[in-house]
Amino acid sequence: MSRWLPRMYLTLVYVLLYVPIAVLIVFSFNDSRTGYAWGGWSLRWYEALFNNTAMVKAMWNSLWLALSAATISTLIGALTALALHRYRFRGKRMLNGMLFVVMMSPEIVLAISLLALFLLVGLQLGFISLLLAHVTFCLPFVVITVMARLSGFDESLPEAARDLGASDFTMTRTVLIPVIMPALLAGWLLGFTLSLDDVVVSTFTSGPAYEILPLRIYSMVRVGLKPEVNAVGTLLLVFSLVMLMISQWILTRSKQ
Amino acid sequence: MLNVRQQPFRAAVLVLVWGWLLFLVLTPNLLVVGASVMTRNPSTFISLPLNLDAYRQLFDSLYLEVFLHSLYMASVTTVICLVIGYPFAWALSKVGKQRQILLIFLLIVPFWTNSLVRTYALKLILATNGLLNTALMSLGVIDAPLRLLYTETAVIIGLVYLLLPFMILPLYSVFDDLRQDLLLASHDLGAGRLATFIHVIVPLTLPGILAGVMLVLLPAMGLFFVPDVLGGSRNLLIGNVIKNQFLDARDWPFGAAASIVLTLAMALLMFAHRLSKRRLGEEGGS
Repeated sequence: MSRWLPRMYLTLVYVLLYVPIAVLIVFSFNDSRTGYAWGGWSLRWYEALFNNTAMVKAMWNSLWLALSAATISTLIGALTALALHRYRFRGKRMLNGMLFVVMMSPEIVLAISLLALFLLVGLQLGFISLLLAHVTFCLPFVVITVMARLSGFDESLPEAARDLGASDFTMTRTVLIPVIMPALLAGWLLGFTLSLDDVVVSTFTSGPAYEILPLRIYSMVRVGLKPEVNAVGTLLLVFSLVMLMISQWILTRSKQ
Repeated sequence: MLNVRQQPFRAAVLVLVWGWLLFLVLTPNLLVVGASVMTRNPSTFISLPLNLDAYRQLFDSLYLEVFLHSLYMASVTTVICLVIGYPFAWALSKVGKQRQILLIFLLIVPFWTNSLVRTYALKLILATNGLLNTALMSLGVIDAPLRLLYTETAVIIGLVYLLLPFMILPLYSVFDDLRQDLLLASHDLGAGRLATFIHVIVPLTLPGILAGVMLVLLPAMGLFFVPDVLGGSRNLLIGNVIKNQFLDARDWPFGAAASIVLTLAMALLMFAHRLSKRRLGEEGGS
């Protein structure tokens, strides 16, 4: 079979996948006001972005939310993974099942179920509701990352620690945590990007009091083209890409 | 196993994990099921009596039309993703291992970047005076700009663009596991290329096909921001209906019923996927 045909096909699809991203990045430096025609290079849209107080506020809100959600989901996710890996307890299958449901169900289903919960318990929609929602959808990804790390791990070490009289907590702290550290870092970074980029769940679980960046972008892009969006979109894409690269780098390095 | 009472750490971990999942996963899902069989109420969102009106409402001509149109667009999206993704995954599984890692990384990058921003980027390309029309016109392929933006085609392009990696990844994983000796055996037994493809390759990759369909078809009905950005007001998805019912019309029972239909569809596809995998396992084991 000829070898160049599959290669050309692969290349073509990759080009199609990346052209829109490239166009967005290039157009974020476009000096033109209309957004379609090329008017020369310029940083004016980035300037406009940082002079827009509401936008900057939304950016900080998003960063703070992503930071908190990633940290809490890493904490709970790591404990969940440890529990699933080490303990035998009733309802383990159900726990696994719930994590699976979170990961597989369409985002909008998760979103409305959380909205229903928050409104019925009378929780004001804002930072707290967003945080609870984001931690919930980040959780399975952290659990999977940590579980993958634990599954390739020599069981004799924790046993030795226990035989030497270490309590469960001490053993976890001194033996398991160092082993899963790369997975924790990677899981945290993944959670951070997931939270930062989420639109669907946030649309349902945020209130007017706490505006975050993706929702601000959402309200801007529904009508027409906004050159400012090119700039903020580029920033978001590049930021996520860097985070993703770091997390992959940590994971591959720790395997060697 | 060790005693729970002697293990405060273990107990604390289990309480935290269970507490979180019961409160934020199980309860909300039960609430949606409950809401779907209750009656709409302007002040408390839902109230008794129990009834199936919301499900009946799904079959009202107005909504039924939106649902069928959404299903149609999602199906077209899925077929296009399969047609593009199947040979792609095949070709990808033939690339050298070292390069494969990089190529797969390039494939999952979009998953971790903002899909709304990427949908918006398509707008730059598809708009009437956007890049595609400008390019085609300067090449002399067309005389007048194509009207792509705010059409059904634009929505489908957007959905394919966002969901293609979700079709490719499960397909890649089955192609990666595909045993070459089975293909050789088929060839040695006198099967031609087409016969090998239909009788060996397709059945062996069926779990991947079903997983891909599951990961594309359902999100393709839920991604409400795609029609909002690319489709105008006439090409709504089920996701748009659910969103409007919950956030604007405040008709919870109806929104909940629509979401349950989506969940049931997911369960059905998951069941089919599991079944196909099990059948394959049995045949492979015998």
